Amino acid sequence: MHAALTVFRKEVTENLRDRRTIMNALVRSPLLGPLLFLILFNLQINLLLKNANKPLPVPVVGAANAPHLVAALTGMGMVPEPAPENPETAVRNQRDKVVLVIPHDYARYWNRGETASVRLIYDSSDRASTQSFQRLRRMLMGYIKVTAAQRLLARGLSPSVALPLAPEKQNLSTPQSRGAMLFSILPYFIVLTTFLGGMYLAIDTTSGERERQSLEPLLANPVPRSSVLAGKLGATALFALISLALGVIGFSVAGHFMDVGKLNIVLDLGMHFFVFTLLLMLPLVLLLACLQTLVAAFAKSFREAVTYLSLLMFLLVFPSVLLAFIPVKARLWMYAVPLMGQQLGIMRLLRGHTPRAVEIAACLLGTTLAAAIVFLVTIRAYSSERLAVSA
Amino acid sequence: MIDVEKLRKSFGSVKAVDDVSFVARDGEITGLVGPNGAGKTTTLRMLYTLMKPDDGSIRVDGLDAVADPLLVRRRLGVLPDARGLYKRLSARENIAYFGRLQGLDEEILRTRSDALINALDIRDIADRKTEGFSQGERVKTAIARALVHNPKNLILDEPTNGLDVMSTRSLREFLFHLRSEGHCVLFSSHIMQEVVALCDRVVVIAHGRVVADAPPQTLRERAGAASLEDAFVEIIRQSENAAA
Repeated sequence: MHAALTVFRKEVTENLRDRRTIMNALVRSPLLGPLLFLILFNLQINLLLKNANKPLPVPVVGAANAPHLVAALTGMGMVPEPAPENPETAVRNQRDKVVLVIPHDYARYWNRGETASVRLIYDSSDRASTQSFQRLRRMLMGYIKVTAAQRLLARGLSPSVALPLAPEKQNLSTPQSRGAMLFSILPYFIVLTTFLGGMYLAIDTTSGERERQSLEPLLANPVPRSSVLAGKLGATALFALISLALGVIGFSVAGHFMDVGKLNIVLDLGMHFFVFTLLLMLPLVLLLACLQTLVAAFAKSFREAVTYLSLLMFLLVFPSVLLAFIPVKARLWMYAVPLMGQQLGIMRLLRGHTPRAVEIAACLLGTTLAAAIVFLVTIRAYSSERLAVSA
Repeated sequence: MIDVEKLRKSFGSVKAVDDVSFVARDGEITGLVGPNGAGKTTTLRMLYTLMKPDDGSIRVDGLDAVADPLLVRRRLGVLPDARGLYKRLSARENIAYFGRLQGLDEEILRTRSDALINALDIRDIADRKTEGFSQGERVKTAIARALVHNPKNLILDEPTNGLDVMSTRSLREFLFHLRSEGHCVLFSSHIMQEVVALCDRVVVIAHGRVVADAPPQTLRERAGAASLEDAFVEIIRQSENAAA
């Protein structure tokens, strides 16, 4: 115990003097998540808001064929523009997002009370084009509904004749749960921050120490290797934990710079979120430290360790990216799965709920058990003769 | 005292150490000599319990190194081939780290550390980070670190490697001083002058076997050579003929 503490204190002191570790563990990784998050979010929000309120410029072919229609659409926010020479090429080349084509015979059908047609040229593989198309279509549908009702009334019929069924929507989302959907990527950033925070120490204390050839004299001391390992793991976990805490604080600061009110959603990254996220992440910090140390211990050099660990990082965070995009129905056993449990728990916090006590317990127990297993495997790996020998 | 008997160690099909026996006594300096790749470093690594022998026994002050590695490490001071100082720590902090791992309390640690810094004449650099130390300064710091717990036995792998004449001489005097205090000093080298100048007893290793074990004077006489270097070459040649 005493020896593990000595190793721990030495590793912390030594790494606090290393600018590279400080930059990576305590500055770059806690900043990376919140900053990326802020940028992504603002891009998204701008896209949504801009498109919702901005006038919609639409080149109209044959505007003279239906002045009423054009006037009505203009009243709803469309800005008619002169038609390009070749509308299809203009859309294909992304010069125009959507083009409205009104044929010559529009007026003839319209005046007879028959179904007239218009054509909307767009490209469904282009997001901007699709969005403009959908807005224009919504405007058209509104116009169609009103005109249909007028025609029925003119013939002495109730508009309900043509409306046999009216589906009623009851949306149960709250401003906070809508926010959670938008922020489903946040747990991924939190895991990433933790991983990066411990990464340099995991390497420095294992393959780094071997590369500098100080592992051999260290192991000549009358200290069991498990104590040496425990001290090193402790230091790695401490840096990961600090990185994580700074990262979560960074997220709540970033939250203040996000104009979430405009989207009618709520993002609560306050004290409650901070405390529970740290609690759920605590065993994961240990598990990651053990995994990183185990992987780095097998690398021959610092560079090799960085390569291995980057691969490990990809393997670990990939499921959380998947989870962010594939909806799963949370079940209790999922909380016991490391990474998945944290992901689900953090998502639940973002939705404005505290995970139930059994869910928290499952998450903590499951991940702690995994950490213990990896710890034992790492001790075994550390006892191998090959590990200590430098050259 | 270090007592080695019938030590064997293979890596795959390579027999790195193949039947090595010798005794390094207290109050004596014992030299382990041999060409590159003879098995010196592997032998020493087994002595300081970094590796387990496949066969044979190692006793340090009567304690079995395989059965009680932690107890044995308390009685050993080790300077491995790789000095491995921590660059971001000062010389004093390097020494203190190992002192604490040896379980010294802070007051004894301070006294021992000051005494070694004085004895090895590294006062001026003691509080500087070891990054940028010269070879000599590095070896002295590593030796201070190895001796912080005042071990009875000292194992040094190629201690004068890369040292200039002045550093070599002061290191030599320091080792004599340890001998006069009754320590058991075992070191490996492939430099003959050094062995002559230092050793009370020379153990020659070739191809993982002990081919000679005697005081330098005896070795010279036995090989009928003028210098120890010639004696060494002759002994190695004879052992190669015997093996063939």
